[in-house]
Order: sequence, then C-alpha cells, then structure tokens
Amino acid sequence: MTDIVVAVLLLASGCLALVAAIGLWRLPDFFLRMHAPALASTLAAWLVTLGSIVHFSVRGPGLSLHVWLIIILLSITAPVTTLVLARAALFRRRHAGDPLPPPLRGKR
Amino acid sequence: MSPLLTAAVTVTLVLYVLAMGLGLLRLLRGPGAQDRVLALDFLYVVAMLVMLVLAIRYDSSMYFEGALLMALFGFVSSVALAKFLLRGEVIE
Repeated sequence: MTDIVVAVLLLASGCLALVAAIGLWRLPDFFLRMHAPALASTLAAWLVTLGSIVHFSVRGPGLSLHVWLIIILLSITAPVTTLVLARAALFRRRHAGDPLPPPLRGKR
Repeated sequence: MSPLLTAAVTVTLVLYVLAMGLGLLRLLRGPGAQDRVLALDFLYVVAMLVMLVLAIRYDSSMYFEGALLMALFGFVSSVALAKFLLRGEVIE
C-alpha cells in the first residue's frame, strides 16, 4: 500500500521535473525561462521528500523526518538564487542595450 | 522492495535524465551567460533529486548527506556565478 503511495509521488515528481526542463528549453525569453526551474525546486522536491519520508518511516524504526532538512534549505536558497540571477540579467541587458521588460509601475 | 516501486524508481530516473538532458542543451546553447547559470542551477536541483530517489532505491540513508551537500554547493555556486555576472568579482 505504501509502495503505491511512494511510487505515485515519485512519478509525479519525475513528470514535474520534465515539465520544468521543457519549459527551460522552449520558453523564448530569459525572464520567462526563469519561471520554469522553480517547478523543479519546489514541487518536485516536495514530492520526492514526501515519498522518501513515507518510505523510510514505514521501513525504519520510526518516523524519519531528516529529509525535511533539504526542503528547508531549498525553500530558503531558491528565492535568493532567483533574485540575484534576475538582477544580474537586468544589469547585463541594460548594459548591452537590449530591450528590457516593462517596469511593474506604469508610466505616470 | 516491491517490483512496482522498482519500476516506478526506474521510470522516475529516466524522466530525470531526460530533464537533465534538456537542461544540458540549454546550458550548451543558452544565448546569454545568465541562461547558462540558470541551467546549471536546474541541473544541480535535478541531480539532488536523483540522489534522493537513489536513496529510496538502495534503502540507504547515506545518499541523504550527498543530496544535502549538493543542494548547499548548488546554491553557493549559483549565487557566486550570478554575483560575478553582476559585479565582475565574487567577493568585494
């Protein structure tokens, strides 16, 4: 029974990682492309972690929650990486004179 | 370990490898340096997921430390590369 749960979680995470990769490959612009890997680093990682917790909790002596550390680490670091990378891309584009995405606040 | 779970692990690893292949294509092709850094970060995350799935496959918690290290080094390297793109040096 738990094997079915773990198998479904793993397969869903594999499909999500593939969707993220297809987005990374197919989307036309860098700022659009930046959205795709977030799928892998949030949802896919959550599903694998839940599957791992279920698997090792059923097999092992008791509840094993240490895999949760990865989720905590990833949920802290992924936004930082995205933010710094977005700022670097904005900086580089502005220097190269390429068209930038419009600012969030409209023209006054 | 039931044959169902073994098959699921195998299919999941194949899906991850496909995802890493697409990420590698973006890493090699990417028009700008920021695209390459993004693809490298994605590759790190997927490699970490592969480690977690291998931990389930071989019923060993040794892979967990590897996955943790991979997440940590992926973050550090991505931020260092992005900082280098932004400033031209990593530590100022």
